[in-house]
Amino acid sequence: MGKSPARDPWTHLTGLTPARIALGRAGPALPTREVLALSLAHAQARDAVHAPFEGDAVAAGLRALGHVTVQVVSAAPDRATYLRRPDLGRKLSDAGRTALEAAEPHGTDLVLVVADGLSSAAVHAHAVALVAALAPYVDRAAWSLGPVVIATQARVALGDEIGEILGASMVALLVGERPGLSSPDSLGVYLTHGPQVGRTDAERNCISNIRADGLSYDEAAFKLAWHVAEARRLGLTGLALKDESDLVSLTAGSLAPRPAV
Amino acid sequence: MGYRQVVGTTTWTFPDLKDLLAKASPLRSGDALAGLSASCAQENVAAKLALADVPLKALLDQPLVPYETDEVTRLICDSHDAAAFAPLASLTAGEFRDVLLAQTTTPAVLARLAPGITPEMAAAVSKLMRNQDLILAASKCRVTTKFRNTIGLPGTLAVRLQPNHPTDDPAGITASVLDGLMYGCGDAVIGVNPASDSLAATGELLRLLDGLIGRFEIPTQACVLAHVTTSLELIERGAPVDLVFQSIAGTQAANASFGVNLALLKEGREAALSLKRGTVGDNVMYFETGQGSALSAGTHHGVDQQTLEARAYGVARAFDPLLVNTVVGFIGPEYLYDGKQIIRAGLEDHFCGKLLGAPLGCDVCYTNHAEADQDDIDTLLTLLATAGVTFVMGVPGGDDVMLNYQSTSFHDALYVRELLGLKRAPEFEAWLARLKITGGDGRLLPPTASHPLLTGA
Repeated sequence: MGKSPARDPWTHLTGLTPARIALGRAGPALPTREVLALSLAHAQARDAVHAPFEGDAVAAGLRALGHVTVQVVSAAPDRATYLRRPDLGRKLSDAGRTALEAAEPHGTDLVLVVADGLSSAAVHAHAVALVAALAPYVDRAAWSLGPVVIATQARVALGDEIGEILGASMVALLVGERPGLSSPDSLGVYLTHGPQVGRTDAERNCISNIRADGLSYDEAAFKLAWHVAEARRLGLTGLALKDESDLVSLTAGSLAPRPAV
Repeated sequence: MGYRQVVGTTTWTFPDLKDLLAKASPLRSGDALAGLSASCAQENVAAKLALADVPLKALLDQPLVPYETDEVTRLICDSHDAAAFAPLASLTAGEFRDVLLAQTTTPAVLARLAPGITPEMAAAVSKLMRNQDLILAASKCRVTTKFRNTIGLPGTLAVRLQPNHPTDDPAGITASVLDGLMYGCGDAVIGVNPASDSLAATGELLRLLDGLIGRFEIPTQACVLAHVTTSLELIERGAPVDLVFQSIAGTQAANASFGVNLALLKEGREAALSLKRGTVGDNVMYFETGQGSALSAGTHHGVDQQTLEARAYGVARAFDPLLVNTVVGFIGPEYLYDGKQIIRAGLEDHFCGKLLGAPLGCDVCYTNHAEADQDDIDTLLTLLATAGVTFVMGVPGGDDVMLNYQSTSFHDALYVRELLGLKRAPEFEAWLARLKITGGDGRLLPPTASHPLLTGA
């Protein structure tokens, strides 16, 4: 008595997949250590969804990189409403609209939006670093950048209204993706050409899975810059812009699609 | 025509049948999002009171989505079996509930009635039923289907082995398949959600699964859950397709948003039948559904999400599927907010599907932004198993590392077998015993590193 159940005798297969295999069992059930491991992973994912978004800290990080920032909130006043009403997360609050109308400059090539989405943790961990990694590409191509907009209780389509008010040619929205147990802090980027209210997801391109065990900042910045250049050339984003950046094969499969926020 | 219900000094009015059905539905976030919910608890019950008096015949005669513009409505109306309906023709929705629960309404009676019951009738009566009613009535509905084994026999529960991998890596998927088989899972299907919908990747996965099934002579079937057009193209190219998969919904427009229509589903079924890969039967379709999919696509026609879900089973049963899976908690909290709503929806879906004669299984699951956790999974799994659910998912450790949500695990299936004495599909159960994965009582034997499944891998 008192010994915890052993792993199954095929632990040599565990290196082939991130799936939870060869766990062993206590009678029919999971051993205590596995129940608690799953519970901890779920707690991390839950906290990633519900942790308050630290917009001020993100803004400070972006200003340190030399960016002008504007903070806005969507029409969803709190997290509970945000989760129930995706439509409100796609609209600006009145105060947010006013702030953007007053912001400078308007009419730039590109506007970056940093949105909490479904994982504040992802934004806290990766957004400033990704913007920093993008800077050399923006400088080289001499794209004009608008203020970086930091958006709370935001869904992907909020970028359409933001881009429209700022008169931007294109919006790249960095957003916390729906957290999985093995990836509570994954960041995605949605690029939309000609942003205006009413754009559909079929008119965007997505770069997904930016996190420690996924796409690196350098890889993601390269892919984003490639997409911006292609979108400028074609005059559009979406299904007609196929990802042919050569990095795709190097990052083999770290680009699995995730549900949009 | 409108409906009225007087409660005390208040008169509640409902302009039409779809409004009445929506307001009678137990509260869920998706109907609130669509603006269809009852305004308060009393209006919800007033709607139930009015709905209880609605004749089943009215639910047949007054389509919620127009016949002229919706092929799902046409399918439901045109395939309705008036002779099977005759014993129910004079009943109201409330009386129908009483009949379903009567001890004289046996599995044989319910099987005879099924072709006379429309999805709208099933949905209406379900709104008048408590969870225990949904469980008891569903437990009397028997739906048996066959391909390489026999699924849905009384006292059995099958498991879909779901060995997903974030990059469709063949070795990674094989590792999860072996893990599941060693845990006695996989009789419903070995079914992979591909990360990529490309023809080449899907074809490679089909050959991988076919190779495993052939090599170990496993009496089960494989499926790669790609779009029906992908399966059709692969069948054309000679790929080993056992089951044709498709996500379906309850309106023509919602199906169009999935890129399918009834003719395409028929084409998929006929192509799969032409391969004659089944050994004990020819149920060749695998469908997935879920409340909220029509609203999500903006194609709900003002009808509540549970009624539309029942209509999806009306679509499914027309194609004699092997498996129909309601993926109940995957869609997210804007449609089913918390554990309570997910549990209720899972029981409704299972009841409605079974009542209509579809082989309903359930992906008992939740996402990390829903107010739900493993305890809710345990609760719904246990309730559905007592209700006789046809199959559930088996995901390693309950953590799907490709789709990023939590479902039931191989261990969960063992738990519910241990608790309720549920067996696997008989052909699969015999195979497990022959390979000494299980003993004579169906319980797992202690695994050894030298087991043929492991050394042959």
